[in-house]
Amino acid sequence: MNMNLTMLGQLIAFAIFVWFCMKFVWPPLTSAMQERVKKIADGLDAANRAERDLELAQEKAISELRESKEKAAEIIEQANKRANQIIDEAKETARAEGDRLVAAAQAEVEQEVNRAKEVLRKQVSELAVAGATKILSKSVDASAHADLLNQLTEEL
Amino acid sequence: MAGNSQEYIAHHLTNLTFGKLPEGYVRHDKNGSETVLTHDTWTMAHTGQEAQDMGFMAIHVDSLGWSLAMGILFAWVFRKVAKNATSDVPGKLQNSVEAVVEFVDGTVKETFHGKNPLIAPLALTIFVWVFLMNSLKWLPVDLVPGIAHAMGLEFFKIVPTADPNGTLGLSLGVFLLIIYYSIKVKGIGGFTRELTLKPFNHPIAIPFNLFLEVLGLLTKPLSLALRLFGNMYAGEVVFILIALLPFYMQWVLNVPWAIFHILVIPLQAFIFMVLTIVYLSQAHEDH
Repeated sequence: MNMNLTMLGQLIAFAIFVWFCMKFVWPPLTSAMQERVKKIADGLDAANRAERDLELAQEKAISELRESKEKAAEIIEQANKRANQIIDEAKETARAEGDRLVAAAQAEVEQEVNRAKEVLRKQVSELAVAGATKILSKSVDASAHADLLNQLTEEL
Repeated sequence: MAGNSQEYIAHHLTNLTFGKLPEGYVRHDKNGSETVLTHDTWTMAHTGQEAQDMGFMAIHVDSLGWSLAMGILFAWVFRKVAKNATSDVPGKLQNSVEAVVEFVDGTVKETFHGKNPLIAPLALTIFVWVFLMNSLKWLPVDLVPGIAHAMGLEFFKIVPTADPNGTLGLSLGVFLLIIYYSIKVKGIGGFTRELTLKPFNHPIAIPFNLFLEVLGLLTKPLSLALRLFGNMYAGEVVFILIALLPFYMQWVLNVPWAIFHILVIPLQAFIFMVLTIVYLSQAHEDH
């Protein structure tokens, strides 16, 4: 068990290794480890946040779906209403048009009847005149009695 | 390596010593011839007696060499990992290194409550380095000395912590740090007060207090060094004794003893580290 300079050599080596460790080993290792701790914490945070976001998004999707369904129902209802309205309007128009046509036709028929009456009246008067002429045998001058005949025609 | 068991044991417990032999020293060679040195000579000791006669001016080449090798191994591996340290998924090596760092860091944080960037790296260095030096004991006792002998080296003792110089060198470093931080934190006055006015705060008791406190202070590095040395040396001696058994019987004792050292080797490294932290923590505390 000889005590000698080895002790001092060991002391110097010790000092050097500790210095080396403090300068070049410890700081990078611990900083890397701390950084990882931070990264993991951030990752967990982000996961939580994403989960919450997902929940919110799902809720939003559901509410939007419901809203759009409501809107669709509303639109359909409106469309139905509008269709009914259009049909009613069309009916109305058609009926009016029909009435108008019927009225026009009636008017025309009336006109025809009037015209026919007129023609008939004229012919009747002429026939009457002719008959009268024949009866009176030329005693009556057509032109002399034109006023009388016209008056007669109007009376018919 | 011929000779009786006593020689074998003594041989295995002698370091490879390089030192100064004084003028007029008589060297006894193996073949019986004698040479008288005409002047102070730095040389390799050929016998245990020569190593002893070299006194303080000598170096245990094997202890220092292996401790340096282990220290460099530690520094190299940890530096390599530290340089490529990533905060992403770590590799296997980085993972194990980080486990050690985390373990040491946790121990330091539990024990040392001040702020000192030196303590944790110091504890890490002590733990890993002492562990590596201790673990040389798992090598068969005759393996490395046998190789050294074949290369012409008479003595070779590889476990630096089974050499009191090795452990005292470490604890001396710790001791200097204790003194340094005691003075730095408490000031010379505070440190002196601590040494003289405790445990009995009375002027008459100063010499007595001083005696007690200085003794307590000196005991710290001594107990630190001798605990590690004693454990390693005793283990070493037992391994050497086992090696004296017939070769077919050695495993009966050798294997359990080696397995037992799975506990002893890290434990001693851990104790050395923890006590260092505790002593330095005490040095930082102002009473």
